[in-house]
Amino acid sequence: MQTSPQFFKVGPSPLAQLFFFVLLSVAIMVADTRSDFVSEARRVIGSVISPLQKLAYLPFSLQDKLDQYIEDFRLIEDIDHLRKAYLTSRHDFFRLQALTGENERLRALLGAAKQTELQPVLAEILYTPRDPFSRKITLDKGDSSGIKPGQVVIDDLGVIGQVTQVFPWTSEVTLITDKNHMVPVQIDRNGLRTVISGAGKNSELELRFLSINTDIQEGDLLSTSGIGGVYPSGLPVGRVVHIEYDRSHKFARIICAPVAGVDRHRQVLILIGSVPTPVISDNPEPHAPQKNQKTRNNGT
Amino acid sequence: MGHDYIAQEFSLPANKTLIYLSLATAVLINLMPFDKVVLALRPDFVALILLYWNIHQPRQVGMGVAFLTGLIMDVIDTSVMGQHALAYCLITFLALILHRRLRLFNALRQIPAVLWILLLGQAMVFLTGVLVGTYAPEWHFFLASVTGALCWPVLVFLLGNFRKQQIEPDEI
Repeated sequence: MQTSPQFFKVGPSPLAQLFFFVLLSVAIMVADTRSDFVSEARRVIGSVISPLQKLAYLPFSLQDKLDQYIEDFRLIEDIDHLRKAYLTSRHDFFRLQALTGENERLRALLGAAKQTELQPVLAEILYTPRDPFSRKITLDKGDSSGIKPGQVVIDDLGVIGQVTQVFPWTSEVTLITDKNHMVPVQIDRNGLRTVISGAGKNSELELRFLSINTDIQEGDLLSTSGIGGVYPSGLPVGRVVHIEYDRSHKFARIICAPVAGVDRHRQVLILIGSVPTPVISDNPEPHAPQKNQKTRNNGT
Repeated sequence: MGHDYIAQEFSLPANKTLIYLSLATAVLINLMPFDKVVLALRPDFVALILLYWNIHQPRQVGMGVAFLTGLIMDVIDTSVMGQHALAYCLITFLALILHRRLRLFNALRQIPAVLWILLLGQAMVFLTGVLVGTYAPEWHFFLASVTGALCWPVLVFLLGNFRKQQIEPDEI
């Protein structure tokens, strides 16, 4: 039994084989390090085993793809989650922005109120009319807060309008841009008294009935004159932005822009106890003061 | 055992496909791109398969096959051509001169001898690599021999099973 392998044994002995192959591999190694000849053989062998290589990589690439697939699902979930979180935080962010702006305006309002020496009441705009031609707003303060018709409404920059109608908890304000609303004003530069009226447009005021030779320039600031007793003096109202002299008309066409953010803010100040007004006491019915004041204003 | 041994010796031609299939599988496993730890611990399956066939079927896989497989491994490892070929020839030589003695033991008891043979093969790769100057592996390079030796019984069991499936029809 032990001799049986010997029986089948053919060829040179293992030692001889080893000797031969050691010599061969050393020769190949030397050739590989010294010349480019072997790299050709390497290239051939490489191309022969490349399908095997692909086969070996197959499970890994499959696993990669599977991982990618699962990862995709997780990413989609993540994105969904993040988007929701983003929306929520976005909402918070907008609120923060609004609050910051509001805070700044409120601070400015406090400053403006100090200048007027009148007791201000802070009011918030409840709503503005849906009618685009109506220049009226509704505030959240009314009779219960001591609001009376004819009281002046301002913001941090200047006059916005006056209270024209008072309800128990709300009040209606006619803006200075209303076509029928007029404010007695004075040009700061030379003290020229006149009356400014709304143009019925969003941010436009008009100086009507000023003759062509009136001393007025673009950029002139118009402040309330205090005449008429409704508006306290010294509140900025508007600034002249455009003057048009038309020879065919008797009067110059003077366009002003309101100084205050008439159609902008949410908070305004109502100046309470502004001027002791005989007109308001004359008119005990609080629901139609506007006409009275207007006629009076026109008379100035 | 003796009967099995003779049966093995006589059933040579039927095993050729199994030999080349197992070698190809070993090359395939060696080709797989593993990560760090697995890569460090992965035994050289080609060396193991060569060892197996040279112990159990010494006439079937000669040094020529070992040399060619070594060249292929050199291409795969992008080492100097002849490095793995030399080591595999050494392994084959050791297996050829020891195969009769080794076959007296079962697979578990073969483990130390296999470990030494694999370590010698790796030492050869290491030496030639250092001599050529393209190669400076860490100490855990030799861990592959340890895991290879530990894999040995499993390999023997698996390949033995395959071979029995091929042999049994002939014996009946």
